[in-house]
Amino acid sequence: MRYDVVVVGAGPAGSRTAKIAADNGCRVLMIEKRQEIGVPVRCGEGVSKKGLKELGIEPESSWIAADIKGARIYAPNGKHVLLSEEQAGGEVGYNIYRDIFDKSLAKQAGKSGADIMLKSSVFEVIKENNKIKGVKVKSMGENLEIKADVVVGADGFESQIGRWSGIDTSLKQNDVVPSLQYTMTNIDYTEYNDFYIGSVAPGGYAWVFPKNNEANVGLGVQLSKIKERGDVKKHLDRFVEKKFPNGKIVRIVAGCVSVCAPIEKTVGNGVLLVGDAARQIDPLTGGGIINALICGTIAGEVIGNAVKKQEFNETLMEYERRWRAELEDKLYRNWIAKEKGTTLSDEVFNKIIEALSGYDFKKISTTEILRGIQSKYPELMKEFEGLI
Amino acid sequence: MKVDKTKCMYCGSCVGTCPKNAIFLEETNIVFNRELCIECGVCEKVCPVGAITAE
Ligand SMILES: Cc1cc2nc3c(=O)[nH]c(=O)nc-3n(C[C@H](O)[C@H](O)[C@H](O)COP(=O)(O)OP(=O)(O)OC[C@H]3O[C@@H](n4cnc5c(N)ncnc54)[C@H](O)[C@@H]3O)c2cc1C
Repeated sequence: MRYDVVVVGAGPAGSRTAKIAADNGCRVLMIEKRQEIGVPVRCGEGVSKKGLKELGIEPESSWIAADIKGARIYAPNGKHVLLSEEQAGGEVGYNIYRDIFDKSLAKQAGKSGADIMLKSSVFEVIKENNKIKGVKVKSMGENLEIKADVVVGADGFESQIGRWSGIDTSLKQNDVVPSLQYTMTNIDYTEYNDFYIGSVAPGGYAWVFPKNNEANVGLGVQLSKIKERGDVKKHLDRFVEKKFPNGKIVRIVAGCVSVCAPIEKTVGNGVLLVGDAARQIDPLTGGGIINALICGTIAGEVIGNAVKKQEFNETLMEYERRWRAELEDKLYRNWIAKEKGTTLSDEVFNKIIEALSGYDFKKISTTEILRGIQSKYPELMKEFEGLI
Repeated sequence: MKVDKTKCMYCGSCVGTCPKNAIFLEETNIVFNRELCIECGVCEKVCPVGAITAE
Protein backbone atom coordinates (compact mmCIF):
# COMPACT_ATOMS: atom_id res chain seq x y z
CA MET A 1 0.00 0.00 0.00
CA ARG A 2 1.16 3.52 -0.77
CA TYR A 3 0.00 6.91 0.44
CA ASP A 4 1.37 10.45 0.41
CA VAL A 5 0.93 10.64 4.16
CA VAL A 6 0.48 8.15 6.99
CA VAL A 7 -0.81 9.59 10.26
CA VAL A 8 -0.27 7.37 13.31
CA GLY A 9 -2.92 7.98 15.99
CA ALA A 10 -6.49 9.24 15.64
CA GLY A 11 -6.66 11.67 18.57
CA PRO A 12 -7.24 15.40 17.96
CA ALA A 13 -3.70 15.89 16.61
CA GLY A 14 -3.97 13.01 14.13
CA SER A 15 -7.50 13.73 12.90
CA ARG A 16 -6.77 17.41 12.41
CA THR A 17 -3.52 16.74 10.55
CA ALA A 18 -5.27 14.14 8.38
CA LYS A 19 -8.16 16.46 7.57
CA ILE A 20 -6.04 19.48 6.65
CA ALA A 21 -3.55 17.41 4.64
CA ALA A 22 -6.45 15.80 2.73
CA ASP A 23 -8.01 19.24 2.16
CA ASN A 24 -4.68 20.23 0.64
CA GLY A 25 -4.79 17.45 -1.90
CA CYS A 26 -2.84 14.67 -0.16
CA ARG A 27 -3.73 10.98 -0.16
CA VAL A 28 -3.88 10.29 3.56
CA LEU A 29 -4.16 7.18 5.72
CA MET A 30 -4.79 7.54 9.45
CA ILE A 31 -3.98 4.47 11.56
CA GLU A 32 -5.36 3.93 15.07
CA LYS A 33 -4.68 0.96 17.30
CA ARG A 34 -7.94 1.18 19.21
CA GLN A 35 -11.12 -0.48 18.04
CA GLU A 36 -13.10 2.70 18.62
CA ILE A 37 -11.83 6.25 18.18
CA GLY A 38 -11.79 8.24 21.43
CA VAL A 39 -12.43 5.22 23.67
CA PRO A 40 -11.35 4.85 26.42
CA VAL A 41 -11.20 8.57 27.22
CA ARG A 42 -7.94 9.80 28.73
CA CYS A 43 -8.78 13.40 29.52
CA GLY A 44 -10.34 15.91 31.95
CA GLU A 45 -12.38 17.10 28.97
CA GLY A 46 -12.10 20.84 29.53
CA VAL A 47 -11.58 22.92 26.41
CA SER A 48 -11.37 26.63 25.62
CA LYS A 49 -14.18 28.16 23.57
CA LYS A 50 -11.85 30.80 22.26
CA GLY A 51 -9.40 28.13 21.13
CA LEU A 52 -12.08 26.23 19.20
CA LYS A 53 -13.38 29.43 17.63
CA GLU A 54 -9.95 30.49 16.43
CA LEU A 55 -9.58 27.07 14.79
CA GLY A 56 -12.95 27.40 13.08
CA ILE A 57 -14.28 24.30 14.85
CA GLU A 58 -18.06 24.67 15.24
CA PRO A 59 -19.38 23.59 18.63
CA GLU A 60 -21.70 20.57 18.29
CA SER A 61 -24.39 19.91 20.89
CA SER A 62 -23.53 16.19 20.81
CA TRP A 63 -20.15 16.75 22.46
CA ILE A 64 -20.87 19.70 24.75
CA ALA A 65 -21.43 18.45 28.27
CA ALA A 66 -21.36 21.79 30.08
CA ASP A 67 -20.95 25.48 29.38
CA ILE A 68 -18.54 26.78 32.01
CA LYS A 69 -18.67 30.26 33.53
CA GLY A 70 -15.17 30.41 34.94
CA ALA A 71 -12.53 28.81 37.13
CA ARG A 72 -12.09 28.70 40.89
CA ILE A 73 -8.66 28.07 42.30
CA TYR A 74 -8.64 26.67 45.83
CA ALA A 75 -5.78 27.15 48.28
CA PRO A 76 -4.88 24.39 50.75
CA ASN A 77 -6.74 26.33 53.50
CA GLY A 78 -10.00 26.16 51.50
CA LYS A 79 -10.11 29.82 50.40
CA HIS A 80 -10.48 30.42 46.71
CA VAL A 81 -10.13 32.96 43.95
CA LEU A 82 -12.76 33.10 41.23
CA LEU A 83 -11.76 33.84 37.64
CA SER A 84 -14.30 34.63 34.98
CA GLU A 85 -13.88 32.94 31.62
CA GLU A 86 -12.23 36.14 30.39
CA GLN A 87 -9.89 36.45 33.37
CA ALA A 88 -8.92 32.80 32.94
CA GLY A 89 -7.64 33.81 29.50
CA GLY A 90 -10.20 31.58 27.78
CA GLU A 91 -8.62 28.47 29.34
CA VAL A 92 -12.07 27.29 30.41
CA GLY A 93 -15.14 27.20 28.21
CA TYR A 94 -16.82 23.89 27.47
CA ASN A 95 -16.52 20.59 29.23
CA ILE A 96 -16.95 18.01 26.54
CA TYR A 97 -17.48 14.33 25.82
CA ARG A 98 -14.03 13.58 24.42
CA ASP A 99 -15.07 10.28 22.82
CA ILE A 100 -17.75 12.01 20.74
CA PHE A 101 -15.49 15.00 20.08
CA ASP A 102 -12.64 12.80 18.83
CA LYS A 103 -15.01 10.85 16.60
CA SER A 104 -16.39 14.06 15.16
CA LEU A 105 -12.87 15.20 14.28
CA ALA A 106 -12.11 11.82 12.70
CA LYS A 107 -15.31 12.02 10.66
CA GLN A 108 -14.22 15.42 9.37
CA ALA A 109 -10.93 13.85 8.28
CA GLY A 110 -12.86 11.05 6.58
CA LYS A 111 -15.17 13.52 4.86
CA SER A 112 -12.14 15.31 3.46
CA GLY A 113 -11.02 12.03 1.94
CA ALA A 114 -8.59 10.55 4.46
CA ASP A 115 -8.71 6.76 4.81
CA ILE A 116 -8.97 5.44 8.36
CA MET A 117 -7.77 2.09 9.67
CA LEU A 118 -8.76 0.93 13.18
CA LYS A 119 -7.51 -1.85 15.46
CA SER A 120 -4.17 -1.43 13.73
CA SER A 121 -1.02 -0.97 15.76
CA VAL A 122 2.07 0.54 14.14
CA PHE A 123 5.06 -1.40 15.50
CA GLU A 124 7.97 -0.16 13.39
CA VAL A 125 8.97 2.62 11.00
CA ILE A 126 10.47 1.76 7.60
CA LYS A 127 13.82 3.48 7.05
CA GLU A 128 15.74 3.68 3.78
CA ASN A 129 18.96 5.69 3.46
CA ASN A 130 18.17 7.45 6.72
CA LYS A 131 14.79 8.60 5.51
CA ILE A 132 11.52 7.40 7.01
CA LYS A 133 9.62 5.75 4.17
CA GLY A 134 6.57 4.31 5.86
CA VAL A 135 5.38 2.09 8.71
CA LYS A 136 4.77 -1.53 9.59
CA VAL A 137 1.35 -2.26 11.03
CA LYS A 138 -0.36 -5.15 12.73
CA SER A 139 -3.91 -4.76 11.49
CA MET A 140 -6.56 -7.16 12.80
CA GLY A 141 -3.93 -9.87 13.02
CA GLU A 142 -2.40 -9.16 9.63
CA ASN A 143 1.05 -7.62 9.14
CA LEU A 144 1.10 -4.82 6.54
CA GLU A 145 3.74 -2.50 5.15
CA ILE A 146 2.57 0.94 4.20
CA LYS A 147 4.82 3.23 2.22
CA ALA A 148 4.46 7.01 2.46
CA ASP A 149 6.43 10.19 1.76
CA VAL A 150 5.55 11.61 5.15
CA VAL A 151 4.90 9.78 8.44
CA VAL A 152 3.15 11.78 11.16
CA GLY A 153 3.58 10.68 14.77
CA ALA A 154 0.32 11.77 16.41
CA ASP A 155 0.56 8.85 18.81
CA GLY A 156 0.02 10.68 22.08
CA PHE A 157 1.91 10.58 25.38
CA GLU A 158 3.15 7.03 24.79
CA SER A 159 4.61 8.10 21.41
CA GLN A 160 7.03 5.70 19.77
CA ILE A 161 7.22 7.15 16.27
CA GLY A 162 9.58 9.92 17.41
CA ARG A 163 11.92 7.60 19.28
CA TRP A 164 11.99 5.04 16.47
CA SER A 165 12.87 7.86 14.05
CA GLY A 166 15.69 9.26 16.17
CA ILE A 167 13.81 12.22 17.66
CA ASP A 168 14.39 12.60 21.38
CA THR A 169 11.04 12.88 23.18
CA SER A 170 12.23 11.54 26.53
CA LEU A 171 11.05 13.32 29.67
CA LYS A 172 12.61 14.19 33.01
CA GLN A 173 10.77 13.09 36.13
CA ASN A 174 9.96 16.72 36.94
CA ASP A 175 8.14 16.98 33.63
CA VAL A 176 5.81 14.00 33.96
CA VAL A 177 2.44 14.07 35.74
CA PRO A 178 0.66 10.70 36.02
CA SER A 179 -3.03 11.30 36.65
CA LEU A 180 -6.19 9.51 37.66
CA GLN A 181 -9.76 10.68 37.35
CA TYR A 182 -13.16 9.45 38.48
CA THR A 183 -16.23 10.54 36.60
CA MET A 184 -18.72 10.85 39.43
CA THR A 185 -22.39 11.34 39.92
CA ASN A 186 -24.42 12.23 43.01
CA ILE A 187 -22.32 15.29 43.87
CA ASP A 188 -23.10 19.02 43.87
CA TYR A 189 -22.78 20.45 40.38
CA THR A 190 -21.63 23.98 39.71
CA GLU A 191 -20.93 26.10 36.66
CA TYR A 192 -17.25 26.40 37.47
CA ASN A 193 -14.18 24.33 36.84
CA ASP A 194 -12.41 23.97 40.19
CA PHE A 195 -8.68 23.55 40.73
CA TYR A 196 -7.08 22.55 44.04
CA ILE A 197 -3.41 23.32 44.52
CA GLY A 198 -0.86 22.38 47.18
CA SER A 199 -0.11 19.15 48.97
CA VAL A 200 -3.44 17.51 47.97
CA ALA A 201 -1.62 16.85 44.68
CA PRO A 202 2.14 17.36 45.10
CA GLY A 203 3.58 19.15 42.08
CA GLY A 204 0.27 18.91 40.22
CA TYR A 205 -3.31 19.77 41.09
CA ALA A 206 -6.71 18.22 41.67
CA TRP A 207 -9.64 19.22 39.47
CA VAL A 208 -13.42 19.04 39.42
CA PHE A 209 -14.92 19.65 35.98
CA PRO A 210 -18.72 19.42 35.99
CA LYS A 211 -20.59 17.86 33.10
CA ASN A 212 -24.22 17.10 32.49
CA ASN A 213 -25.31 15.26 35.65
CA GLU A 214 -21.75 14.07 36.39
CA ALA A 215 -18.33 15.57 36.96
CA ASN A 216 -14.73 14.66 36.24
CA VAL A 217 -12.88 14.54 39.54
CA GLY A 218 -9.21 13.99 38.96
CA LEU A 219 -5.74 14.54 40.25
CA GLY A 220 -2.18 14.51 38.95
CA VAL A 221 1.10 14.27 40.89
CA GLN A 222 4.56 15.23 39.63
CA LEU A 223 6.48 11.99 39.05
CA SER A 224 9.53 13.23 40.98
CA LYS A 225 7.30 13.68 44.05
CA ILE A 226 5.87 10.17 44.01
CA LYS A 227 7.17 8.08 46.87
CA GLU A 228 5.39 4.78 46.57
CA ARG A 229 3.61 2.62 44.07
CA GLY A 230 -0.03 3.71 43.64
CA ASP A 231 0.45 7.17 45.25
CA VAL A 232 -1.70 8.91 42.65
CA LYS A 233 -4.69 6.72 43.41
CA LYS A 234 -4.16 7.16 47.16
CA HIS A 235 -4.16 10.94 46.77
CA LEU A 236 -7.31 10.88 44.63
CA ASP A 237 -9.14 8.54 46.99
CA ARG A 238 -8.30 10.82 49.92
CA PHE A 239 -9.48 13.89 48.00
CA VAL A 240 -12.74 12.25 46.93
CA GLU A 241 -13.49 10.89 50.39
CA LYS A 242 -13.14 14.38 51.85
CA LYS A 243 -14.92 16.36 49.12
CA PHE A 244 -17.55 13.98 47.81
CA PRO A 245 -18.28 11.28 50.40
CA ASN A 246 -21.61 10.48 48.71
CA GLY A 247 -20.32 10.57 45.14
CA LYS A 248 -20.57 7.45 43.00
CA ILE A 249 -17.97 6.56 40.42
CA VAL A 250 -19.27 5.77 36.94
CA ARG A 251 -15.97 5.81 35.03
CA ILE A 252 -12.25 5.59 35.80
CA VAL A 253 -9.73 7.39 33.59
CA ALA A 254 -5.97 7.00 33.85
CA GLY A 255 -3.30 8.79 31.85
CA CYS A 256 -0.14 10.78 31.87
CA VAL A 257 0.60 14.42 31.04
CA SER A 258 3.93 15.85 29.91
CA VAL A 259 4.72 19.26 31.42
CA CYS A 260 8.10 19.94 29.82
CA ALA A 261 9.71 22.88 28.07
CA PRO A 262 9.44 22.72 24.26
CA ILE A 263 11.61 19.86 22.99
CA GLU A 264 14.55 20.46 20.64
CA LYS A 265 13.19 18.87 17.54
CA THR A 266 9.82 17.71 16.19
CA VAL A 267 10.75 17.09 12.55
CA GLY A 268 13.02 14.40 11.10
CA ASN A 269 13.71 13.17 7.62
CA GLY A 270 10.27 12.27 6.32
CA VAL A 271 8.63 12.38 9.74
CA LEU A 272 7.02 14.93 12.02
CA LEU A 273 5.43 14.83 15.46
CA VAL A 274 2.19 16.53 16.47
CA GLY A 275 0.28 16.96 19.77
CA ASP A 276 1.26 15.04 22.90
CA ALA A 277 3.76 13.06 20.81
CA ALA A 278 5.59 16.38 20.26
CA ARG A 279 5.15 17.30 23.94
CA GLN A 280 3.06 20.35 23.02
CA ILE A 281 0.88 20.31 26.17
CA ASP A 282 0.75 23.53 28.19
CA PRO A 283 3.03 22.72 31.14
CA LEU A 284 1.12 24.94 33.59
CA THR A 285 -2.47 23.86 32.92
CA GLY A 286 -1.84 20.41 31.47
CA GLY A 287 -4.24 21.29 28.64
CA GLY A 288 -3.28 19.79 25.30
CA ILE A 289 -6.38 19.57 23.09
CA ILE A 290 -6.21 23.04 21.56
CA ASN A 291 -2.44 22.92 21.05
CA ALA A 292 -2.77 19.53 19.35
CA LEU A 293 -5.36 21.03 17.00
CA ILE A 294 -3.32 24.17 16.28
CA CYS A 295 -0.23 22.13 15.50
CA GLY A 296 -2.25 19.60 13.50
CA THR A 297 -3.56 22.42 11.33
CA ILE A 298 -0.06 23.72 10.69
CA ALA A 299 1.25 20.19 10.03
CA GLY A 300 -1.53 19.50 7.51
CA GLU A 301 -0.83 22.70 5.60
CA VAL A 302 2.92 22.17 5.54
CA ILE A 303 2.53 18.55 4.42
CA GLY A 304 0.17 19.72 1.67
CA ASN A 305 2.92 22.01 0.38
CA ALA A 306 5.58 19.31 0.62
CA VAL A 307 3.44 16.85 -1.35
CA LYS A 308 2.70 19.46 -4.01
CA LYS A 309 6.40 20.23 -4.38
CA GLN A 310 7.45 16.59 -3.82
CA GLU A 311 10.16 17.92 -1.49
CA PHE A 312 10.25 16.42 1.98
CA ASN A 313 13.21 17.97 3.70
CA GLU A 314 13.30 21.78 3.78
CA THR A 315 9.55 22.04 3.22
CA LEU A 316 8.74 19.96 6.32
CA MET A 317 11.01 22.20 8.43
CA GLU A 318 8.41 24.90 7.90
CA TYR A 319 6.26 22.99 10.42
CA GLU A 320 8.94 23.41 13.08
CA ARG A 321 9.17 27.15 12.43
CA ARG A 322 5.46 27.78 12.31
CA TRP A 323 4.32 25.92 15.42
CA ARG A 324 7.15 27.40 17.43
CA ALA A 325 6.27 30.92 16.28
CA GLU A 326 2.76 30.31 17.56
CA LEU A 327 3.34 28.44 20.84
CA GLU A 328 6.95 28.19 21.92
CA ASP A 329 7.21 31.38 24.00
CA LYS A 330 4.07 30.63 25.96
CA LEU A 331 5.05 26.99 26.55
CA TYR A 332 8.47 28.04 27.76
CA ARG A 333 7.13 30.77 30.06
CA ASN A 334 4.54 28.40 31.52
CA TRP A 335 7.17 25.74 32.04
CA ILE A 336 9.26 28.18 34.11
CA ALA A 337 6.16 29.10 36.11
CA LYS A 338 5.39 25.40 36.67
CA GLU A 339 8.97 24.72 37.79
CA LYS A 340 8.56 27.52 40.35
CA GLY A 341 5.07 26.50 41.39
CA THR A 342 6.12 22.95 42.20
CA THR A 343 8.57 24.23 44.85
CA LEU A 344 6.04 26.27 46.86
CA SER A 345 4.68 25.24 50.26
CA ASP A 346 1.02 25.17 51.29
CA GLU A 347 1.57 28.34 53.36
CA VAL A 348 2.82 30.20 50.32
CA PHE A 349 -0.09 28.94 48.19
CA ASN A 350 -2.50 30.16 50.90
CA LYS A 351 -0.99 33.61 50.73
CA ILE A 352 -1.00 33.72 46.94
CA ILE A 353 -4.70 32.88 46.75
CA GLU A 354 -5.42 35.36 49.54
CA ALA A 355 -3.55 38.08 47.66
CA LEU A 356 -5.24 37.27 44.37
CA SER A 357 -8.77 37.16 45.76
CA GLY A 358 -8.44 40.80 46.72
CA TYR A 359 -6.75 41.91 43.53
CA ASP A 360 -8.62 43.15 40.49
CA PHE A 361 -6.99 41.81 37.35
CA LYS A 362 -8.09 41.56 33.75
CA LYS A 363 -6.49 38.33 32.65
CA ILE A 364 -4.50 35.83 34.66
CA SER A 365 -0.84 35.60 33.76
CA THR A 366 2.36 35.10 35.68
CA THR A 367 3.01 38.85 35.61
CA GLU A 368 -0.45 39.65 36.94
CA ILE A 369 -0.16 37.04 39.69
CA LEU A 370 3.15 38.50 40.76
CA ARG A 371 1.67 42.00 40.79
CA GLY A 372 -1.15 40.78 42.99
CA ILE A 373 1.28 39.19 45.42
CA GLN A 374 3.55 42.24 45.42
CA SER A 375 0.65 44.47 46.43
CA LYS A 376 -0.29 42.32 49.43
CA TYR A 377 2.74 40.27 50.47
CA PRO A 378 5.85 42.04 49.13
CA GLU A 379 8.01 39.87 51.40
CA LEU A 380 6.88 36.81 49.42
CA MET A 381 8.43 38.13 46.26
CA LYS A 382 11.76 36.52 47.08
CA GLU A 383 10.11 33.14 46.40
CA PHE A 384 9.71 34.19 42.81
CA GLU A 385 13.19 35.36 41.94
CA GLY A 386 14.02 34.48 38.38
CA LEU A 387 10.40 34.64 37.27
CA ILE A 388 10.34 38.40 36.93
CA MET B 1 8.64 -5.55 35.40
CA LYS B 2 5.46 -7.34 36.39
CA VAL B 3 2.04 -5.99 35.43
CA ASP B 4 -1.04 -6.85 37.44
CA LYS B 5 -3.55 -7.16 34.63
CA THR B 6 -6.45 -6.89 37.03
CA LYS B 7 -5.32 -3.33 37.83
CA CYS B 8 -3.78 -2.14 34.54
CA MET B 9 -5.80 0.57 32.76
CA TYR B 10 -3.70 0.33 29.56
CA CYS B 11 -3.20 4.09 29.78
CA GLY B 12 0.37 4.18 28.41
CA SER B 13 1.88 6.15 31.32
CA CYS B 14 4.70 3.63 31.71
CA VAL B 15 5.23 3.41 27.94
CA GLY B 16 5.84 7.14 27.45
CA THR B 17 7.97 7.46 30.58
CA CYS B 18 10.31 4.46 30.22
CA PRO B 19 13.77 5.97 29.52
CA LYS B 20 14.80 2.94 27.45
CA ASN B 21 11.64 2.47 25.42
CA ALA B 22 11.37 -1.06 26.77
CA ILE B 23 7.56 -1.04 27.06
CA PHE B 24 5.03 -1.12 24.23
CA LEU B 25 1.26 -1.00 24.43
CA GLU B 26 -0.84 -2.95 21.99
CA GLU B 27 -4.44 -1.93 22.47
CA THR B 28 -4.93 -3.91 25.69
CA ASN B 29 -1.67 -5.77 26.03
CA ILE B 30 1.54 -4.52 27.62
CA VAL B 31 4.61 -5.86 25.84
CA PHE B 32 7.83 -5.65 27.84
CA ASN B 33 11.33 -6.02 26.36
CA ARG B 34 13.47 -7.37 29.20
CA GLU B 35 16.71 -6.90 27.26
CA LEU B 36 16.30 -3.11 27.11
CA CYS B 37 15.26 -2.71 30.77
CA ILE B 38 17.81 -1.04 33.10
CA GLU B 39 15.73 -1.66 36.23
CA CYS B 40 15.36 2.02 37.08
CA GLY B 41 11.93 1.42 38.64
CA VAL B 42 10.31 4.49 37.12
CA CYS B 43 7.47 2.40 35.61
CA GLU B 44 6.44 1.32 39.09
CA LYS B 45 6.23 4.91 40.30
CA VAL B 46 4.52 6.42 37.27
CA CYS B 47 1.66 3.91 37.11
CA PRO B 48 -1.38 5.89 38.37
CA VAL B 49 -3.06 2.80 39.80
CA GLY B 50 -0.05 0.92 41.12
CA ALA B 51 -0.35 -2.02 38.73
CA ILE B 52 3.41 -2.42 38.17
CA THR B 53 6.05 -4.10 40.30
CA ALA B 54 9.57 -3.37 39.13
CA GLU B 55 12.02 -6.17 39.84
C1 LIG C 1 -5.96 12.64 32.98
C2 LIG C 1 -5.79 13.65 31.88
C3 LIG C 1 -6.58 14.81 31.88
C4 LIG C 1 -6.44 15.74 30.85
N1 LIG C 1 -7.28 16.83 30.84
C5 LIG C 1 -7.23 17.70 29.80
C6 LIG C 1 -8.16 18.77 29.72
O1 LIG C 1 -9.07 18.91 30.55
N2 LIG C 1 -8.07 19.63 28.67
C7 LIG C 1 -7.11 19.49 27.70
O2 LIG C 1 -7.05 20.31 26.78
N3 LIG C 1 -6.21 18.47 27.75
C8 LIG C 1 -6.26 17.57 28.77
N4 LIG C 1 -5.38 16.51 28.80
C9 LIG C 1 -4.42 16.36 27.69
C10 LIG C 1 -5.13 15.86 26.44
O3 LIG C 1 -5.85 14.68 26.72
C11 LIG C 1 -4.10 15.59 25.33
O4 LIG C 1 -3.29 16.73 25.18
C12 LIG C 1 -4.76 15.26 24.00
O5 LIG C 1 -5.44 14.05 24.03
C13 LIG C 1 -3.68 15.22 22.91
O6 LIG C 1 -4.17 14.71 21.69
P1 LIG C 1 -3.24 13.82 20.75
O7 LIG C 1 -4.05 13.63 19.52
O8 LIG C 1 -1.90 14.42 20.67
O9 LIG C 1 -3.05 12.45 21.53
P2 LIG C 1 -4.12 11.35 21.97
O10 LIG C 1 -5.45 11.93 22.14
O11 LIG C 1 -3.52 10.63 23.12
O12 LIG C 1 -4.20 10.35 20.72
C14 LIG C 1 -3.14 9.48 20.39
C15 LIG C 1 -3.73 8.28 19.68
O13 LIG C 1 -2.68 7.52 19.09
C16 LIG C 1 -2.98 6.16 19.21
N5 LIG C 1 -1.73 5.39 19.10
C17 LIG C 1 -0.65 5.45 19.94
N6 LIG C 1 0.33 4.63 19.52
C18 LIG C 1 -0.12 4.05 18.38
C19 LIG C 1 0.45 3.07 17.49
N7 LIG C 1 1.68 2.59 17.68
N8 LIG C 1 -0.29 2.67 16.43
C20 LIG C 1 -1.54 3.17 16.21
N9 LIG C 1 -2.12 4.08 17.03
C21 LIG C 1 -1.43 4.52 18.10
C22 LIG C 1 -3.64 6.06 20.58
O14 LIG C 1 -4.42 4.88 20.69
C23 LIG C 1 -4.47 7.34 20.61
O15 LIG C 1 -5.77 7.13 20.13
C24 LIG C 1 -5.48 15.55 29.82
C25 LIG C 1 -4.69 14.40 29.84
C26 LIG C 1 -4.85 13.45 30.84
C27 LIG C 1 -4.00 12.22 30.81
